[in-house]
Amino acid sequence: MTALPAPLEAFLTEVGRFFVMLARTLAWTPRRPWDARELVRQMVRVGVDSLPVVLLTALFTGMVFALQTFSTLRRFGAEGFVGSLVALSMVRELSPVISSLLIAGRCGSAMGAEIGTMRVTEQIDALEALATDPVHFLVVPRVWATVLTLPLLIVVGDVIGIAGGYLISVVYFGANPVTYVENTFRYMDLDDLTSGLIKAAVFGLIVAVVGCQKGYHTRGGAEGVGRATTRAVVLASIAILIADFFLTKILF
Amino acid sequence: MPAAPEPPVKIRLREVTKGFAGRIVLDGLDFEVREGESVVVLGGSGTGKSVLLKHMIGLLRPDGGTVEVDGRDLATLAGPELTAFRRRFGMAFQEGALFDSMSVWDNVAFPLLRAGWPKAKRAERVAECLEMVHLEGAGRKMPAELSGGMRRRVGFARAIALEPRILLFDEPNTGLDPVIKAVIDELILELQDKLQSTAVTITHDLTSAFRIADRIALLFRGRIVAYAPPEEFRALPDARVQQFIRGLASGPLTE
Repeated sequence: MTALPAPLEAFLTEVGRFFVMLARTLAWTPRRPWDARELVRQMVRVGVDSLPVVLLTALFTGMVFALQTFSTLRRFGAEGFVGSLVALSMVRELSPVISSLLIAGRCGSAMGAEIGTMRVTEQIDALEALATDPVHFLVVPRVWATVLTLPLLIVVGDVIGIAGGYLISVVYFGANPVTYVENTFRYMDLDDLTSGLIKAAVFGLIVAVVGCQKGYHTRGGAEGVGRATTRAVVLASIAILIADFFLTKILF
Repeated sequence: MPAAPEPPVKIRLREVTKGFAGRIVLDGLDFEVREGESVVVLGGSGTGKSVLLKHMIGLLRPDGGTVEVDGRDLATLAGPELTAFRRRFGMAFQEGALFDSMSVWDNVAFPLLRAGWPKAKRAERVAECLEMVHLEGAGRKMPAELSGGMRRRVGFARAIALEPRILLFDEPNTGLDPVIKAVIDELILELQDKLQSTAVTITHDLTSAFRIADRIALLFRGRIVAYAPPEEFRALPDARVQQFIRGLASGPLTE
């Protein structure tokens, strides 16, 4: 085997493992037994448990965005567009990306740590020895739970973010509430919403597959688990930002 | 005296080689386990006994050579097929390897659940298995609340729940008190007797080795260097065997 430069080899290994894990997840998905209870349990962990963080972040993102755009656009006398700008940016870009980054930190890391601990304590081996595929049992419910739940979180984030923008524009800057709400929805299509949701689903897939994959390939005890956890968050975050660029290019 | 017909080979390893990060652990190892026999593999710490055991169930793949179980080359199995093939195995791990998100009861019930047993039958069998390892009443406990020895016993109960035809035990009784040790040994013998199961046990414990083994093997430098029924094994002139049996600090094993 000819040697590749170490960083390149590490990068290619990571990419390869991601797609192998994705392929195994898809291959095992239709197989029985289906564990609906585990799927719901994971959806609760990703969705319900993350709701407060997502709400808080979305609210402040919407507020900051309104703050920035209002004072800028006022210089051109264009503050009437703030509503549209906040709404479109939230729905298409900010809510999916920021919430997904949060979920990467919150759930991707948890998946890495959990599965990584199971790896170093031989629990993954035990699953296999008990005629249970670890990808089927552990990864499939986590991936689907994240893919299904993240778009729901993002819808809530959209609403709260827009509300945050409204709060700043109307209450703080004193914009006309009726025109503001009108402007919010004037330029928005269903496509804007769905593209944000598609992004969210893809980001959810990235977070869960990266988290599970890092956990699955953990080596070296407690330290290894720590490393896997950190790497899961870093890699998923980078992958989200890269995927966001390409998705935006394709979807708009 | 005419020799009794040898039972068929259940597990066969041929010229198995395995290394980790440049360190060779198994070095062209040949090994056979015959159906219905209880085989004990002895060997010093870090000689690759667990690695050997994990090859038998396909948890590790050899770098070279073949592993056959029931005449099937494990290298030809993958994915769902390999998963299904493993139903014939029961394996107990060194530290128990219990699922720490589940109670003791759920751990033992796990293989039954996956095999689709109905609830009532499952409950009956779990209770039976826990009783066998003297842990009746510990069902509600979580693995983190158990001592190392208890965890190992739960792992043992989980491994035997489905009465598998091949039992693999990775140090089942290390660190247990003598009474429980004897209980585990009895269980291994009883299972074998009742199910005609094939058992491969890894241990450094000579007492239990001589108690449960139909054959004893010694693993040294990545190969099986001695393999014989207990009495013959004890009398082997091989210096490595004698050093291990007598527990001597100096000799060919430690050179």
